[in-house]
Amino acid sequence: MEKLINGATIKVNDEGYLTDFTQWNKTIAEEIAKQEGVGTLDTKHWAVISFLQEQHKNNTPITIRKVGSSGVTDIKEFYALFPNGPLKKASKIAGIPKPVSCI
Amino acid sequence: MATRNIVILGAGSAGTMMANHLKHKLHDHDWKITIIDEATTHYYQPGFLFLPFGIYEEHEIQKPITKFIPHGVEFISSQIQKIEPENNVVLLNNDVKIPYDILIIASGCSIAPEETEGMKGKLWYKDIFDFYSFEGAKALHDKLKSWEGGKLVVHITEMPIKCPVAPLEFVFLADDYFKHKGMRDEVEITYVTPLSGAFTKPFASKKLGHLIEEKNIKLVTDFNVEKIDNESKKLIDYGGTEVSFDLLVTVPLNKGAEFVGRSGMGDELNYVPTNKFSLQSLIKENIFAIGDATSLPASKAGSVAHFESEILTENILHYIKGEELKAHYDGHANCFVETGNHKALLIDFNYDQEPVDGSFPFPGIGPMSLMEESMLNHMGKLGFKWIYWNVLMHGRAIPFIHPQMSTAGKHIPAHEL
Repeated sequence: MEKLINGATIKVNDEGYLTDFTQWNKTIAEEIAKQEGVGTLDTKHWAVISFLQEQHKNNTPITIRKVGSSGVTDIKEFYALFPNGPLKKASKIAGIPKPVSCI
Repeated sequence: MATRNIVILGAGSAGTMMANHLKHKLHDHDWKITIIDEATTHYYQPGFLFLPFGIYEEHEIQKPITKFIPHGVEFISSQIQKIEPENNVVLLNNDVKIPYDILIIASGCSIAPEETEGMKGKLWYKDIFDFYSFEGAKALHDKLKSWEGGKLVVHITEMPIKCPVAPLEFVFLADDYFKHKGMRDEVEITYVTPLSGAFTKPFASKKLGHLIEEKNIKLVTDFNVEKIDNESKKLIDYGGTEVSFDLLVTVPLNKGAEFVGRSGMGDELNYVPTNKFSLQSLIKENIFAIGDATSLPASKAGSVAHFESEILTENILHYIKGEELKAHYDGHANCFVETGNHKALLIDFNYDQEPVDGSFPFPGIGPMSLMEESMLNHMGKLGFKWIYWNVLMHGRAIPFIHPQMSTAGKHIPAHEL
């Protein structure tokens, strides 16, 4: 399905995650962050977003532990930056799929 | 030409299958095959799910490791200190050096309860259990026999874990178990997961989501455990959310073998960085990895190790001849999923294709149905133990089941094709 974000038509899945990363940009990220209740993104948020995108590019599964040991942030701060389900919210804002299981 | 050495680290499912495959393909005077493991018992690990509920007994799911090591393959029973990739040797605990020309890391993964504060505390194997080890599953069986009910919490610490559907299967079997004991009303079952749902793939969520509600399972999602409070018997997550339990069945953090970490070859969880298609490690070209030990974005499951073993055998033969590693693993997994009440689902998927419904292995015929609860699938799951011991661990193929996933017979939505 498609969604209009800031005047741009973006391909997303049923839960609002981007399905085509090439459509991602910072303006879209800011808009999704607002919708997710994360608010305005500061440099800390952007550092986490870049880290997650890098992990995704390398096919590395994203976990809380990985974010905590990234040197970019610690787990407590990650929760403060993206409250209520930081992994899925940060993934959605970063334009990458949420962490999933096999089924 | 002098005899060269293939060394396999780990004699579990993956290592044992590789020893059998390679023994059949290579000549004794060219290649000496050695397999090293500190354990002496080979466990049928899918049986750990059934042990707590008394569906399997202890003796059915364990056999001596050496029973499946083919003649002519040397088995060394020893702990491994480390690998020295620069010298092409494996160092055993007694400082004995085992040289190799080709190394296969098949050392699996295991639970690390000590990584979570309060998990391996005073309640460990009293009110907190795992069922990912023989000891845990056995202790849990004894506990369940006399447990009088209360809050049962089934919990995943963090992904990736071996057999990602097992915790859900445990919940379904527990529902069944307490119903049969006539005490389901005395038990509140809660499933706690770091993921966003019990099912996370779109098709499975739609098709199977009802199971959670029907079986009266409470669901807590996006829960990343920080610690377990043994006094108040609570799981506490990093965001401050708490879940109370009387009996906690947890899947602790899973990690690869310690010696992989000691050799400086693993990622932060000791998994070996591995090419997801060729199964060659990213460490050095003569080092390969298979099964739960790898960093592959595939499920950590026996069927994955089985399919990978066929691909890796081909690629090792290519490597020996100096050829390109042409065999590509597609992430294929094929698993029976218990749903309780003597029924099970069958799922078949790979890196790109999520599990969908259809028929298996013969398109349009079956006899197995995919993503559909059936008693036949349940019988398939129970019957698989025989196949495991008598077919797979001897390196024989299962008829009509191929390492590459087939899209024929699957009802794949048009937009995904």
